[in-house]
Amino acid sequence: MHTLIAEGLRKRYGDLSALDGFDLHVPAGVIHGLLGPNGAGKTTAVKALATLIDVDEGTASVAGFDVRTQAARVRRSIGLVGQNAAVDEILSGRQNLVMFGRLYGLNRVDAESRAGELLGTFGLTEAADRAVKTYSGGMRRRLDIAAGLILTPAVLFLDEPTTGLDPRGRNEVWAGIRETAARGTTVLLTTQYLDEADQLAAGITVVDHGRVIAEGTPEKLKREVGGDRVTITVRADIEDAARRLGGEIDEENQTITIEVTSGLMQIVRTLDDLGIVVEDLQLRHPTLDEAFLALTSKEPSR
Amino acid sequence: MTTLRAGWILTRRELAHWKREPWGPIFGLMFSIMLLLVFGFLFGGAINVPGGGDYIAFLLPGMMALSMMFGVETTATKMAADAGKGITDRFRSMPIGSASPALGRVGADMTNSAAELAVLLVGGLVIGWRITSDPGSAALAVLLLLLLRFSMLWIGIFVGLTFRGGGATAAVQVLVWPIGFLSTAIVSAETMPAWLGAVAAWNPLSATATAARELFGNPTGMTGGVLAEHAVWLALGWPLLIAAIFIPLSARAYRRLRD
Repeated sequence: MHTLIAEGLRKRYGDLSALDGFDLHVPAGVIHGLLGPNGAGKTTAVKALATLIDVDEGTASVAGFDVRTQAARVRRSIGLVGQNAAVDEILSGRQNLVMFGRLYGLNRVDAESRAGELLGTFGLTEAADRAVKTYSGGMRRRLDIAAGLILTPAVLFLDEPTTGLDPRGRNEVWAGIRETAARGTTVLLTTQYLDEADQLAAGITVVDHGRVIAEGTPEKLKREVGGDRVTITVRADIEDAARRLGGEIDEENQTITIEVTSGLMQIVRTLDDLGIVVEDLQLRHPTLDEAFLALTSKEPSR
Repeated sequence: MTTLRAGWILTRRELAHWKREPWGPIFGLMFSIMLLLVFGFLFGGAINVPGGGDYIAFLLPGMMALSMMFGVETTATKMAADAGKGITDRFRSMPIGSASPALGRVGADMTNSAAELAVLLVGGLVIGWRITSDPGSAALAVLLLLLLRFSMLWIGIFVGLTFRGGGATAAVQVLVWPIGFLSTAIVSAETMPAWLGAVAAWNPLSATATAARELFGNPTGMTGGVLAEHAVWLALGWPLLIAAIFIPLSARAYRRLRD
């Protein structure tokens, strides 16, 4: 039983195909990542599933309801957290949640108690009565997510929830997302960061040009993408060192990138054996570009 | 029913704004009073009223009509701000009627404009303006003024939804001034060059201003013409026509967010 189903969605904006036969199947109760570069069609897909836009072709259902013919019932089953923090800046966090609760049909008493609960869950109790414009980016996002959870929806859509946040804000939002999923809500999360999808999602769908180009568990995708990368700056002749290490040269930064296949120590030993003097060595996760290269053998469109 | 309820909740959102940040609306009200004083005393001495009469008595109803028209700016700006910040999208993802956000705007802006009207009424009485007609006519004048504001609301909603960036609302903010002044709100059309006076007389704002003057028992500054003879009907017809055009256009703009 899938909570989110999209089949053959197509949406054109003039000459641009935002969705070009987009398919998605997400089981209930998991965090699912929708991964892709800017302009891949992630937001359009979310908007179509959240009943905000009409698609040209294809069908989609959310929590068992058709997004086209049963839009009102879909809206009772979802929370949408878009790319901007869509909360009222002048009102306090509590006033925002009470207002959204009332709009969802709760009476005043229920709206207030639900607001109190959500403020607690998202660590906003202390700031509850301050104007939202005094909140940090992470706090705003968490309030934004709380506003999407008032009716404990079957599905929560999160469109790039950590874009523009500092590491602390990002960690706070990640905790909130995990908490949401732990309470049984299916989360569809769009992101440009492989790392983020890997951290949070049980399944990942990779999109580009409005189409799915890869799908699977983070483990499966990471196997295809390969392991972490080591970026090395050497003092010696870079071309010679790259050839001997089997790495790729980044011309711009004059560094060598090597995929870590059998452990970092192995690479360090090889460097030592070859007598290459290293000035700098950094271990990092594959970037989205590298993932795309591995998954599709082509660069992502930007 | 649920559409109305949600509209009312969104109206209350605006009232909560005023409570949290009262200085914005207070400065708005002070601005109306300032305009009144500038025209009443600074320029007033140099302006004569064709057909006779005191300029303050002539000015007050015009000022009220002008402030109702300027309201279009508030509506457009706030509508565009919600659309730009994704708040409108959040409303659209919620189980509320599609007319609710617009109704919330109507409730909030009509309340705001009614307060503005009340401040101008009291301010006018303080500087010597008088209602010389009967209470029924005066009440009708107030209703016609609010009707003008109601029609402006729908222009504002349409503009705010259609041009979600800041540019269009900036254009509205600039355009209201020439449109506002090219009317009989501040000066009589009969003191203008004939062709300009004709344009001013056909400005919907002039119809409301002239009708309000007539109904409050103030000098109209008109010695004849279609406007002078049918001011009340024109003040009823113009806003209804504008609303009849812009309510469907606003609904269409809201639907087109689905494209």
